[in-house]
Amino acid sequence: MASTAYRYPERPLHPFHAILLAGAVPLFLGVLLCDLAYSSTYEIQWKNFSSWLLVGGLVFSGFALLWALIDLVRADRRAGRPLFYFLLLLAAWILGFVNALVHAKDAWASMPAALVLAVIVAVLVIAATSLGFSTRYEGERK
Amino acid sequence: MRRSLLLAFASLAVLATACGSEPDTPQYGPNPQLPDPQRGLLPSMVIAKPGEWGDLRPTVPQGYTITPIATDLKIPRQTIVLPNGDILVAEGKGGGAPKLTPKDVIAGFIKAKGTSPVKGGNRLTLLRDADGDGTYEGRTVFAEDLNAPYGLALVGNALYVANQDALVRFDYQVGQTRASGPPVKVTDLPSELNHHWTKALTASPDGRFLYVGIGSNSNITERGMTAEADRAVVWQIDAQTGAHRPFATGLRNPTALAIQPGTGQLWAAVNERDEIGPNLVPDYITSVREGGFYGWPYAYWGANADTRVRPEDPAKVAASIRPDYALGSHVAALGLSFSTATMGAQFADGVFVGEHGSLNRSVPVGYKVIFVPFRGGRPAGPPVDFVTGFRGEDGKTRGRPVGVTVDPRGALIVCDDLSNTVWRVTPVRAPAPATPATAG
Repeated sequence: MASTAYRYPERPLHPFHAILLAGAVPLFLGVLLCDLAYSSTYEIQWKNFSSWLLVGGLVFSGFALLWALIDLVRADRRAGRPLFYFLLLLAAWILGFVNALVHAKDAWASMPAALVLAVIVAVLVIAATSLGFSTRYEGERK
Repeated sequence: MRRSLLLAFASLAVLATACGSEPDTPQYGPNPQLPDPQRGLLPSMVIAKPGEWGDLRPTVPQGYTITPIATDLKIPRQTIVLPNGDILVAEGKGGGAPKLTPKDVIAGFIKAKGTSPVKGGNRLTLLRDADGDGTYEGRTVFAEDLNAPYGLALVGNALYVANQDALVRFDYQVGQTRASGPPVKVTDLPSELNHHWTKALTASPDGRFLYVGIGSNSNITERGMTAEADRAVVWQIDAQTGAHRPFATGLRNPTALAIQPGTGQLWAAVNERDEIGPNLVPDYITSVREGGFYGWPYAYWGANADTRVRPEDPAKVAASIRPDYALGSHVAALGLSFSTATMGAQFADGVFVGEHGSLNRSVPVGYKVIFVPFRGGRPAGPPVDFVTGFRGEDGKTRGRPVGVTVDPRGALIVCDDLSNTVWRVTPVRAPAPATPATAG
């Protein structure tokens, strides 16, 4: 009798993982747009919006990151796309967190670093999300 | 993982800020050294760890003694000595500007640890030493249901109180221990947001005008420019009509006002901006010129532009007046009182300044009462420590000085809003007939 476990060759993201991951995208895009608005108008409310959107983005992507890590640990093969997806999301989260500290500088002191970081983080999050949705974990269903 | 990352980054950020050295270069006088602005990822902060006084006392110079004349007050801030020697204490805690950003939420939580948990009294307490033995055995609530009272001034029979939202007037007869009725409003004061809520107060020598210090609504415009209308100014208010006009502008947080005896000149203690380094920007005392602009928010210490402010205004930067005398960055000067000969020869000519103590600095400063000697009506020479020991060598902070008031009978009254105490410092012996001040 064959003792090999049944393999799920393709296991997509868990729906809740997908919500967390995709949810972070508009939040970080919002950060970018609000920072653009603040830099062109000097209207401080845009910066307030941006700071809170950033917190939201960090919460969503933070839990997505945690989930990605668990998926990665449980996977048989900890390389390739699952690993790359995790690292990309990790980089996005770290830079996003740094950007939260930058946003906490008063008034224009956060500029232009806040805007530059917002662009980088938005790109990384979109890339991580695309990669995340095209990632298939191979491994045993326990 | 996420937690350890957070910790890792927090410590990284702390390292980033800790790299900036904090040389204790003397930063007092008319020409303080101003380093370049700097700011790590996190602002340097050391919050006072409150401790009890127990048998300990603040330290005063030899030949002086200090006693607590009232304890268990409800956030005492400023005092006034009435003609019969009674002391009125304003107690309250104002502010409460809405938290607009994640930073406001976190900073509010951290800063609250360094202050008294007692609820502000919103009242005036009268202290009386009827027999003149230095013990203030009489204590009555003179007035209550005020709104964070701070500045006090007596003009004849009119006692003016600067609440955080209005200037009000009580009728006062010498010897009174309780207000005869509710106060009359002289005028509303700017109170929207009230990021800096304290309203300092003093009266012109002839009693015609009242001067009210109104602090900015932000550290450096992070609540937006529109929030700064009528802020960071000293108002001149007509005592009769309540009509007001800006007397001087650009004073970030004028926390104490006083009239110089003899000259009638208005002086202010002003708290300057944070988060551009441990040695920027010095808090100061200055004579306040009518119509003068003192820099905030566009510039500091004269024409040093603050690049955090948008839109910029080079004309305002250029027009910024340099203040008279730097006290050091982040000391948080909240009290100002001109001395008299009865305070003893060494402290006869000059001003006492109460320093609440720093938050935005890894090496704490302030937490004491200093004396700035004057000569010829101007500050002359380095400040002298007058009351210290509020921050113990064990790292515990037992008190934080706020208002200081010279009692013409020869005493300095110091409010302490951490231990909720009023302290009284007196020369041990009756001071020798003091050398008259060289100028008034």
